[in-house]
Amino acid sequence: MNRPEHILLSVKDISLRFGGVRALTDVSFDIREGEIFAIIGPNGAGKSSMLNCINGFYHPQEGTITFKGEERRQMRPHEAAAQGISRTFQNIALFKGMTTLENVMTGRMLKMQASFVEQALYIGRGKREEIAHREKVEEVIDFLEIQSIRKTPVGRLPYGLQKRVELARALAAEPELLLLDEPMAGMNVEEKEDMCRFVLSTNHELGTTIALIEHDMGVVMDLSDRVVVLDYGRKLAEGTPDEIRGNQDVIDAYLGVSHD
Amino acid sequence: METLYLIFIDPFVQMVVEPAFLVEVLIGGLMSGVMYSLVALGFVLIFKASGIFNFAQGIFVLFAALNFVGLMDLGVHPILAFLITVGIMTVLAFAVDRLVLRPLVNQDPIILFMATIGIAFFLEGFGESIWGGDVRPVRVGIPDAALFWEAGFGEILVQSSDLFAGVIAAFLVTVLALFFHFTPVGRALRAVADDHQAALSVGIPLNNIWVIVWAVAGFVALVAGIMWGAKLGVQFALSTIALKALPVLILGGFTSIPGAIIGGLIVGAGEKLFENYWGVPLLEGATEEWFAYIVAMIFLFFRPQGLFGEKIIERV
Amino acid sequence: MLYREAGQFKTSYSADQAMLTIPLDRWFVFGLAAFAIVGVPLLASEYLIASILIPVLILSIAALGLNILTGYCGQLSLGTGAFMAAGAYLAYKIATNITWMPIWLVIPLAGLCAAAIGIAFGLPSLRIKGFYLAVATLAAQFFLLWLFVKVPWFVNYSISGVPTAPPRSVLGFDVTGATATNEAKYLFVLAFVIALAWIARNMARSRIGRSWMAIRDMDIAAELIGIRPLPTKLSAFAISSFYCGVAGALWAMCYINTVEPTAFDINRSFQVLFMVIVGGLGSVLGSFLGAAFIFLLPIFLNSAPGWFGYSVAGDIITHIEFMLFGALIIFFLIVEPHGLARLWQIAKEKLRLWPFPY
Repeated sequence: MNRPEHILLSVKDISLRFGGVRALTDVSFDIREGEIFAIIGPNGAGKSSMLNCINGFYHPQEGTITFKGEERRQMRPHEAAAQGISRTFQNIALFKGMTTLENVMTGRMLKMQASFVEQALYIGRGKREEIAHREKVEEVIDFLEIQSIRKTPVGRLPYGLQKRVELARALAAEPELLLLDEPMAGMNVEEKEDMCRFVLSTNHELGTTIALIEHDMGVVMDLSDRVVVLDYGRKLAEGTPDEIRGNQDVIDAYLGVSHD
Repeated sequence: METLYLIFIDPFVQMVVEPAFLVEVLIGGLMSGVMYSLVALGFVLIFKASGIFNFAQGIFVLFAALNFVGLMDLGVHPILAFLITVGIMTVLAFAVDRLVLRPLVNQDPIILFMATIGIAFFLEGFGESIWGGDVRPVRVGIPDAALFWEAGFGEILVQSSDLFAGVIAAFLVTVLALFFHFTPVGRALRAVADDHQAALSVGIPLNNIWVIVWAVAGFVALVAGIMWGAKLGVQFALSTIALKALPVLILGGFTSIPGAIIGGLIVGAGEKLFENYWGVPLLEGATEEWFAYIVAMIFLFFRPQGLFGEKIIERV
Repeated sequence: MLYREAGQFKTSYSADQAMLTIPLDRWFVFGLAAFAIVGVPLLASEYLIASILIPVLILSIAALGLNILTGYCGQLSLGTGAFMAAGAYLAYKIATNITWMPIWLVIPLAGLCAAAIGIAFGLPSLRIKGFYLAVATLAAQFFLLWLFVKVPWFVNYSISGVPTAPPRSVLGFDVTGATATNEAKYLFVLAFVIALAWIARNMARSRIGRSWMAIRDMDIAAELIGIRPLPTKLSAFAISSFYCGVAGALWAMCYINTVEPTAFDINRSFQVLFMVIVGGLGSVLGSFLGAAFIFLLPIFLNSAPGWFGYSVAGDIITHIEFMLFGALIIFFLIVEPHGLARLWQIAKEKLRLWPFPY
């Protein structure tokens, strides 16, 4: 699946400020098609801000983002979603009042075209679409092994399962680029292993390109093809896990530099 | 052409030709604005401290005034009646905290808002079943005489009760501002308003704070109720008028005390001016019913955080 | 164990997505509808039809409308009365000026006008949420009612300002105005109720319903997965106002037989809001249960003392009513935010196991 020559998303000289606070300064990197790309860095390094820029929630003051060869300056989040970028969130952002099934169905929102009248009367495309997309959604539900909680309101699910439902919702959109914001935060070892398995099989079986933020270094080094390190909003290093492990700047940033 | 003239030219000509009438209209408007401000002040206090939008604040005004007047009619001395009513409002604050807010802690703001609508209905029925639904005049010795003020351009009629209300309101706002800035309780309140959990973690007892805030809001409501009652008599209509505090808050911002005051004055003066110069001649009057709301709605398009509110940054 | 779903296997997604998946439920609803259409007009007394069933059914439509906006889409409205008034006044205007138009078309058309007005007052929802929006809807409430009272065009320059509903007929039977029989009015209203409730259920299980709920539950996340907030919220406003407009038109034409502003004041807005809260936020069934409960409670309070030989003054009853409503709202919000509809569901779950405890 790896075709390293093919660049899916390219970030160039991105700078983002909130008032006087510089969240990101001149960050550039490429995400290649089919790879698992990790963004790491200490707390407050600007990792989540970076994801928010990629999917259009924040608008960087400077720099460009090129997705599938198309450069974009300002775009709304739903436009990014329409282009094939989905994501999960650091703090779970599921629709609590809806069931697992309904949540995952929202992932297919952009692929449905039935008119209002067809939906209101549940005829024609309105009915056909519901059933066709339900089949797709059931595939995702099987893939992530959440069949048994199909009709449970997600507000009642334990944390680990909610994370999985959120991944299901993102996958239901059949994205080309999947952004995962700390998919394993707050999980126990077993849940983490499950999640790693799902991330890997998403990448291998569905061929989805994945960009993820994660604090667990073991997970990052095992999963990812390439890693970029951010610190105080700047890019510190970029490379394969092995290169990163040996990089003195990265070690300094994580462990601190002794000034004696 | 005729219409355009009536809309854009004539009202201003009138204002210049008869400045005394303009000043009277303005003063009348500012005075009802003071009342809106006092109700809005109660809203802001509670919103700042607990993030709850207390729809019942208008009824608090009515309820406090009903108790006060009811006690006075029973022959209680005004000062004693005032103190007892403050006590009642504190008990009410306590009850609201225990019976409504605590069971609903961590719910959506919209749910809490609807719960305060419930409080409003309950209190309205409760207050009136104890004290009856008649209009009651308030006689607390607020001087009510017509003063004539000889300005350079004509004679202006001012009600002394209006001036009195203005002074009381200014005094109250000053006291509250001092309270918020210079007492430990005030500091704690501001801390709670900023971040509940952080406030808890430095040892501020959240529950008592909420009771205090609601009690202070009740106190403000009592003052507003007495002022208002002195002008119009204590009646059910007070709670409908008090709804106008909502557009005031939109203008002033939900978290700003000066905003509540200035917003109230703007709304009060604005609706009187509009009614007298545009409403009555062009629109058959009664525009005061909706003027404030429509202004607030237009305002929402351009500055949803209000004149003095802070801009909201959304995070994921 | 009589009422169960075990052993009823669904073999297609189509069956699983049907509106009522349990056969017994399906038969119950069909039976109820058939009884409402055939049985009630034959059996029920004039009083029951004219003074209880018709208003409850009409208010159910309004509650459905508000539930779409508040329960499904999470946008609070205190302007329900105004949108009902829009439907009532415009239905009157259309019915009296375009006389060839059949009444069953006039009423949806009035609903569409109300929907357009609803969109105008929903526009601020782009920038604001929750109780901020309540102020915009209050603007609708006070401004629209003022407009309908002050502009005589809406009532064809009638001198009293309170015109009577024009008599119109469907299939040769009068269904509006004072000349219509109660049974005819009832069936006319019932037709709207059944159609609109069915449509509401369909919307709730389709894409549009899910996008409303997504906006309600977490608007930022909804936007990030591709739901455009403004069209979604405006569609909720439009459809909600359509339902309210139809309800208002029916209220004026088939229940009070006049078009008058006091029927649609802010108290009406609160009444419908209470129906939605007590019935259940985000539930079609709840809209009906809530409407019946809130409408019947005052009637019960007024007659209950008489049954026991007491007489209580009218204003005391009103005060008790206020207190009771307030307390009920708080009670339901705390104990069962999904309202009567959820209680009904719990009862069904118990019934599913009966007679065994679990």
